[in-house]
Amino acid sequence: MIRVLVQVEAIDILAEFDLHDAGGHGASASFIGRVRGDDDLRELFLEHHPVMTEAGLADLAHAASDRWRLSALTLIHRIGGMAPGETIVFVLASSPHRAEALAATEFLIDRLKTDVMLWKRETFADGRVQWVEPRDGDHGRAERWDA
Amino acid sequence: MALTIAYFAWVRERMGIAGEMVDLPDDIADVGALVAWLGARDARGAAAFAEPQRIRAAIDGVMMGPDAPLSGAREVALFPPVTGG
Repeated sequence: MIRVLVQVEAIDILAEFDLHDAGGHGASASFIGRVRGDDDLRELFLEHHPVMTEAGLADLAHAASDRWRLSALTLIHRIGGMAPGETIVFVLASSPHRAEALAATEFLIDRLKTDVMLWKRETFADGRVQWVEPRDGDHGRAERWDA
Repeated sequence: MALTIAYFAWVRERMGIAGEMVDLPDDIADVGALVAWLGARDARGAAAFAEPQRIRAAIDGVMMGPDAPLSGAREVALFPPVTGG
């Protein structure tokens, strides 16, 4: 079961865990990415592509499902404006065994930073607005999964 | 050749438009040539495409490098390196 969502609404993490709890999977691993409040950040805005953002996330979810034995996989990314502390991205992978759930989760969070059409724009308390630049290490982490 | 171009993030802001239809000169054969052509076309293009190495592209929904040919393309998306997650 693969569940991929791109949404403006807040992510209801507990409801997503409930779906995996109900599946009786042996192991679940998760990742939650939140908006940091550095430098008096007031808003983080995620721009997306109307088609390719969700398609890119679905491609990654299927790649993870092909590579590891997953019994359930949830991948949700928010778009639009959000405040510090809010969840931007949520990954939940379930498998009969922990190693596969953990590996799939790390693969997904690494690769979605480099492979999916999303762009972050920061607005600060003093009115400054800037687009986020990729971190130097992002590509290295994503390429570790090339095989 | 008629081509639809879509712009995203700061490329969209600097171009001042989310997208456009262009009639491409015949000698613009790949993504890199398209970026150079847009960069030389007007002041907005110059602002958006001054650093071609910072531009990424997708042709009809598939991410492509600067050498990717435009023949047969319907829509090209031009954007900065992605920063999701």
